[in-house]
Amino acid sequence: MSDSIRFRLNGHPVSLQTDGTRKLLWVLRNDLELTGTKYGCGEGVCGSCTVLVDGRAVHACQADVASVQGKEVVTIEGLARGDRLHPLQQAFQEHGALQCGYCTPGMILGAHALLRANPRPTREQIVQGMEGHLCRCGAHQRIIAAIQTASGQRGGSDE
Amino acid sequence: MSSRAKSGAVVHATGATGMPRRDFVKALGGGILVLVSLPSTGAAGAAPELQRGYPTDINAYLHIAEDGKVTLFSGKIEMGQGVMTSLTQMAAEDLGVALMSIHIVMGDTAACPFDAGTWGSMTTRFFGPAVRAAAAQARLILTDLAATRLGVARTALSVEDGVVFVTAARTRRVTFGELARGQRITHTVDERAVLRSVREFTVMGRSPQRLDGPEKVTGAAKYTADIRLPGMLYARIIRPPAHGATARRMDTSAAEAMAGVRVVDHDGLKAVLAPDPETAERALRLVRADWDVPAPAFDTESVFDHLVQAAAEGRTTESAGDIEAGRGQSARMLDVTYRHPYVAHAPMEPHVALAEVKDGKATVWASTQAPFSLRPQIARALGFRPEDVRVITPYVGGGFGGKAAGPQAVEAARLALAAGRPVQVAWTRAEEFMYDTFDPAAVVRVVSGMDANGRLTLWDYQVYAAGGRATEVFYDVPNTRVRTYGGTGGEGSSYHLFAVGPWRAPGANTNRFAAEQQIDAMARAAGIDALEFRLRNTKDPRMLSVLRAVGQASGWQPSTAPQRTGRGRGLACGIDAGSYVAEVADVTVDRATGAVKVERVVCAQEMGIVVNPDGAKMQMEGCITMGLGYALAEEVRFEGGRIHDTNFDTYRLPRFSWVPRIETVLVPNDDLAPQGGGEPAIITMGAVVANAIFDATGARMLRLPMTPERVLAEIRRG
Repeated sequence: MSDSIRFRLNGHPVSLQTDGTRKLLWVLRNDLELTGTKYGCGEGVCGSCTVLVDGRAVHACQADVASVQGKEVVTIEGLARGDRLHPLQQAFQEHGALQCGYCTPGMILGAHALLRANPRPTREQIVQGMEGHLCRCGAHQRIIAAIQTASGQRGGSDE
Repeated sequence: MSSRAKSGAVVHATGATGMPRRDFVKALGGGILVLVSLPSTGAAGAAPELQRGYPTDINAYLHIAEDGKVTLFSGKIEMGQGVMTSLTQMAAEDLGVALMSIHIVMGDTAACPFDAGTWGSMTTRFFGPAVRAAAAQARLILTDLAATRLGVARTALSVEDGVVFVTAARTRRVTFGELARGQRITHTVDERAVLRSVREFTVMGRSPQRLDGPEKVTGAAKYTADIRLPGMLYARIIRPPAHGATARRMDTSAAEAMAGVRVVDHDGLKAVLAPDPETAERALRLVRADWDVPAPAFDTESVFDHLVQAAAEGRTTESAGDIEAGRGQSARMLDVTYRHPYVAHAPMEPHVALAEVKDGKATVWASTQAPFSLRPQIARALGFRPEDVRVITPYVGGGFGGKAAGPQAVEAARLALAAGRPVQVAWTRAEEFMYDTFDPAAVVRVVSGMDANGRLTLWDYQVYAAGGRATEVFYDVPNTRVRTYGGTGGEGSSYHLFAVGPWRAPGANTNRFAAEQQIDAMARAAGIDALEFRLRNTKDPRMLSVLRAVGQASGWQPSTAPQRTGRGRGLACGIDAGSYVAEVADVTVDRATGAVKVERVVCAQEMGIVVNPDGAKMQMEGCITMGLGYALAEEVRFEGGRIHDTNFDTYRLPRFSWVPRIETVLVPNDDLAPQGGGEPAIITMGAVVANAIFDATGARMLRLPMTPERVLAEIRRG
């Protein structure tokens, strides 16, 4: 049950010999030691494990690793350029759009996919786009504001 | 990328466990160490086994190293509530250094002073003063050293950004690092050190960006499940299908036959262990067992009758006047019973622990709110001395009271001992729903009365299974009795069929749901506006100030009859953790389906001196959003010991589309020390939504959660 899986991860080529039906979440967290992608529910209903596959948001807990064969995978570790945070990361930090931080990687990558598909979403479109992401701490209002800021639709301050 | 602030730092550092304090002091090297005693934080009252290795009265350490680096050691943990930032602000303020020059170490039993646990909105209230005193004392010591060094009187000196200088000649200066060099000063103080006043604040009272933010937005932040040790194994514990079930027969041979898999049994704790979590999961599925499941004693619907019938003996917590006389004085009485279901904590990070047992010592990383309480529990389970157990707390992915209990840490330690290898126990979401310490199902009965002028005359309050938090009668009622039957901790295994425990403002959500609906109903019955009724019936100045503030901020329009238009507005207020809170909610109710949408919540909170205004608002917003869950949807459904809700598909948490416009108002009161902020704004969410639904529909919602089916049923009942 060993398959040869090749894909690009955060801009670098990766080559693995592993069972292709394994879930991407565990391959990332254990084989590739990228622990920023979180387990939350294991059933694709909380969004904590969201990563980008060819720019689209994917639940890593549901995706077979074989499904990313030849694709471009981006995790939270791959978003900043050196010390320079991605505008979404910067906006989450500035707005205090996180508390415990556990859902944050999935939130930021979910927002990334949303803005790629719709660079200037309305508030309603942000709400709809982020509906699959749970945040138990209740940072929702600030997350929406952070996404608006990152999309260039409001200034860096909170109001 | 900045990673100067780390929760439970030194993750990969020494293998030392349970380091005695004198060794710790030695290990810190030279410099200046200030230890603060502050009995009010609760260390003095802790069991001796919890404190071993530490003096009973030490609550905070602050160390200034010979290179000028400042480290604050705190037994508190960071689970999202923002205390890493606010504690650092307090230390920076009173020490006189920049915020970014302080490193904080949290929740490591080998490095930090004893702390009973992070809960009850107590960090800022009770631990904050210890931190400030340590910092202020350090500033005094440094100023004295500088006075000697510079040959001037202490009063001629000022402190700014880690530099002591002659006020009249700024170039005559010496840095903290220069002063600490060659020193080996250990100083113990009590709280009498001179703290800076609100007017002098330059760091407190402001809202710097969260210190944990950079690590959390980049994925660098380490939670317990992110820690790896060489040779570690991943456990899946063999669990029964229901609480109370026992295995008649178990066959683990197929699991054991898998490559790399071991099955261990530590005094009945049975688990499969594997080199990776997926193999462990597959092995668990191969375990065959037949279980005897006890017949269900009660379920989601019948639990309330059970709670009242099987209740512990009542305790009167408040009493005034005469209840019978109160009945006589009442022109109008209401006798209403309210119900609250079991509610899950459901933090996004499940309970996780990683344990290493080596040479008679154990090191356990755990997602916990109480590392120091875990220590003796783990020690007992292993047969170790508490000082041979070290608990390290990385970042915690939400707690809300649910991580006050840490059985997963004990499980990991036992399995690591049995296996002779490090073991990770990471609960699945289903295990989280099975072994969470739920907010208990509870019942409240209120008999209240008023005279013909709408003055309260009677308040006879009985609460079953939720305890007495937030039951204080701040309304002026001459005849009052508050009785509590059992607390949130559970009253033995037959009373609750599974574990219950503290849930964000334990019991207060249940109690305000009942009390503030009752008050609303009294106001309606009297034909008096709900805000006016409250203002008339209390003289508590802090309550009056938050009520007026929320009235003004929300644009409250007095009314005496429900609108019954499908749109409604409600009001509720309460006291929790020393803070006062009043909320107004606007809702729309779809009268065809019963679906409720909360459109806007305005919250006024008075919490004394505010250490970090934006941080306080984050907590208020979080409380309001989390409160929508228990108000509208959250209920753990069960039949006997079998839990039906096992994931977020059926157990619904608030999502983006639920979130109202939230407006928060901090009512200033700089004459009062900082009060609690993590819980107050959640306690009124059930009542404020219920009161708004009544305004929208004329239907009284006496049972939580207020699901569409229940709202529709009440509307149809008329």
